[in-house]
Amino acid sequence: MKLNYRVIILIAATIFGLIFSIPSFTQSSEGKKITLGLDLQGGLHMLLGVKTEEAVNSQIKAYASGIKHFSEHNEILIEGLSVQEGEVTFELLDSDDATAMDEHLKTLEGTVVKATEGKYSLTMTPEAVEKLKLQAVDQAIETIRNRLDQFGLAEPTVAKQGVDKILVELPGIKTPEEEQRARELISRAAKLELMAVDEDRAMRVGDMSDAEALSYGDLILQDALQPQIKHLVNEIPILDGTMLTDAQVGYDQNNRPVINFSLNAHGAQIFGDFTGKSVGKRLAIVLDGKVYSAPVINERIGGGSGQISGNYTMAEANDLAIALRSGALLAPIYMMEKRSVGPSLGADSIKASMVALVSGFGLVVLFMMVYYRRAGVIANIALLVNILLIVAVMALFGATLTLPGMAGIVLTVGMAVDSNVIINERIREMLAEGSSIKRAIEVGYQNAMRAITDSNVTTLIAAVALYVYGTGAIKGFAITISIGILASMLTAILGTHGIYLMLQDRIEKSKDTAKWFGVKRGK
Amino acid sequence: MELFRYSKPIGLMKKSKIAMAVSLILVLSSFFLIFTKGLNFGIDFAGGTIIQVKYETKAPIDEMRKKLEGNPIFKGASINEFGSPDEVVIRLKNSSESVIKDIGDVTRDQLAGTGDFEIRRVDIVGAKVGSELREKGIMALTLAIVGILIYVAVRFEWRFAVASVLALAHDLTIAIGAISLAGLDVNLDVIAALLTVLGYSINDTIIVFDRIREEISDSSAKTVNDIIDESVTRTMSRTVLTSLTVLIVLVTLFVFGGEIIHTFAYTLLVGVTVGTYSSIFVASPLLEVLGFNLKTYRAKLSEKAARAAEKERLRAQFEQGVV
Repeated sequence: MKLNYRVIILIAATIFGLIFSIPSFTQSSEGKKITLGLDLQGGLHMLLGVKTEEAVNSQIKAYASGIKHFSEHNEILIEGLSVQEGEVTFELLDSDDATAMDEHLKTLEGTVVKATEGKYSLTMTPEAVEKLKLQAVDQAIETIRNRLDQFGLAEPTVAKQGVDKILVELPGIKTPEEEQRARELISRAAKLELMAVDEDRAMRVGDMSDAEALSYGDLILQDALQPQIKHLVNEIPILDGTMLTDAQVGYDQNNRPVINFSLNAHGAQIFGDFTGKSVGKRLAIVLDGKVYSAPVINERIGGGSGQISGNYTMAEANDLAIALRSGALLAPIYMMEKRSVGPSLGADSIKASMVALVSGFGLVVLFMMVYYRRAGVIANIALLVNILLIVAVMALFGATLTLPGMAGIVLTVGMAVDSNVIINERIREMLAEGSSIKRAIEVGYQNAMRAITDSNVTTLIAAVALYVYGTGAIKGFAITISIGILASMLTAILGTHGIYLMLQDRIEKSKDTAKWFGVKRGK
Repeated sequence: MELFRYSKPIGLMKKSKIAMAVSLILVLSSFFLIFTKGLNFGIDFAGGTIIQVKYETKAPIDEMRKKLEGNPIFKGASINEFGSPDEVVIRLKNSSESVIKDIGDVTRDQLAGTGDFEIRRVDIVGAKVGSELREKGIMALTLAIVGILIYVAVRFEWRFAVASVLALAHDLTIAIGAISLAGLDVNLDVIAALLTVLGYSINDTIIVFDRIREEISDSSAKTVNDIIDESVTRTMSRTVLTSLTVLIVLVTLFVFGGEIIHTFAYTLLVGVTVGTYSSIFVASPLLEVLGFNLKTYRAKLSEKAARAAEKERLRAQFEQGVV
């Protein structure tokens, strides 16, 4: 018996397979191992869409707030400032201010300004709209990632899919309550706005319609704590959360959790200007379209910090502070696809597919041994190494094992022996013609090679198609099938050939082809 | 052990008309089923919601129905046993876009008081995602078929490629017909199963074709039919054995694999069986139907061999410096 390079490769593959598959089998904490897909370990998978047009709307509104603040700050008189269908319109009352206003509008990038006889209209250029939409998606991904990182879940995945979709995978979610909290945290707009209460008409808010409020440039907003109370506020906010620098949980005088926020320098200046001018009026603190408090302004507030109070539990206040800190979502998100699997279902699926794998493997091994005798044993060695290799390679690439992936491994067990069936049948044919063992093995492998290559390549083509166009769990199936085919080239063809080359003299001497190949040699 | 001992070729081609008739009947009845009974597209492709509920004891389906009827969200919902009497699947045609409000929570509240239960799975697929997944599924199947067609045409000849793809279409049609017959939900796993059938069945066909190619150059047989008969007989043992090992694992997958991969295993069981049959009885006889000509193919082969020899000669000359 002499070692040959084929056997050495097989032995190396076996050692490689053993070393890198053991961490996955024992699920030890050390070493690279296969991660179980959400369908096997339980968890939450979501595909979120982004309503990018909303980002465009709020950008237009932000332009309007800017114009309002600019004209008030420079004592320029304007009238009828309004936002409608992506367009800001207003009228400049004094034509002497036209130069100053034009200069200011020129600084707003990505806008088109039209002015005729003091009547101004401002819209965004199509390029700026497109850019903003892309930005809104990227910003949403960044924001969601930030929020989830601070939430403290194990291994969250947040990734862009296609142009405007976001994939979120949370394997750590185990209970419905956790899931609810995560979904709320992710989807919360966390849009903070400071708005002026329209004191002139506030008394009549009880029987005012939304349309009427809009005609005054106002909005009717609900109170967050007492839903029956309504507030009438100016449609164009004084400032919004983009100027926020920090948000922390604190306590009010009654020791209830509140959120303290602070503004950047620009925000602080706007805030100071506004409060200085509006002493005696009320300022509404609006979060996600609901009024949390509307205190009366007693004096000019410098320093740029404020407080949101709203009967929070500690956990709620904490989540809200995280959301505010990681920034508002430029655009709201919506659910396009959701798959949540409870941990017990995942465990059941693992159990079921393991039973299928073990019994399928056992039956195939038994069949091969009965049918081909020792040649079957050699094929079975190759099959075992093949499975080790699939697990090892998947572990090294950090691939995810899904339920269809498990099915792929089970199927590989059935398909991988095919190469050995083809080879063994060819050897048997040669033996039936009465050829020597050496020659039977040589010609057998030679003849079988072409058929095996062609058939494996076509299966790979199908697997690649599945990988390219498949989604999620299906990709896992394509991966295991592909690795299985490639590994079988190494084990079932090269490896078994090596074993035969090593043993062929012994087989020849024994003359017992029935024991080795399950058939008698022909004359 | 030996299941098939080769003695003389099976007279397959003489009976190929019967096989063709059987295949035609199977394909036509599959089409009939697909167009009349139709396919139940599951939520992956049609969009919708699935909620899987497991009870500690037998699920009180009638009581669940009554409870769920109280909420308009569940209008038109279908409630069925899933795998075992403890487990139930609620299917809804619509899907909610809300991230905050979850149908799983609504179901939990609505079913309160019907016993100890656990919501094990909530799948929501929006209509837009569904149509995207449908497109991708069709693309994957088309791409795989075209890829295989090109590969076989390059490695063999166009008639082999057309015959193998027709055999594939035959297998897929019958497998889809079987899904329609059983009324199973067509989801992503069915596409995966169909692609596997595709890969498997082309495997089988290629083994036979490879043998035909070999016999053409090695044997002196005069007619295409003789060569096909000889090749199919020679590969019969392998075809049946491999199918047997694959069917063994598929049956274990079908029996032990759990409810979620039931449809997957069923599609594969039908597909692999039909695929084995077609590679023996459909693909090879199609070669003859397509007008495969032994003489021209042999001529082409010898021309190819001559070209290779010429190239070899030139190279030898070149290496010796004699140009």
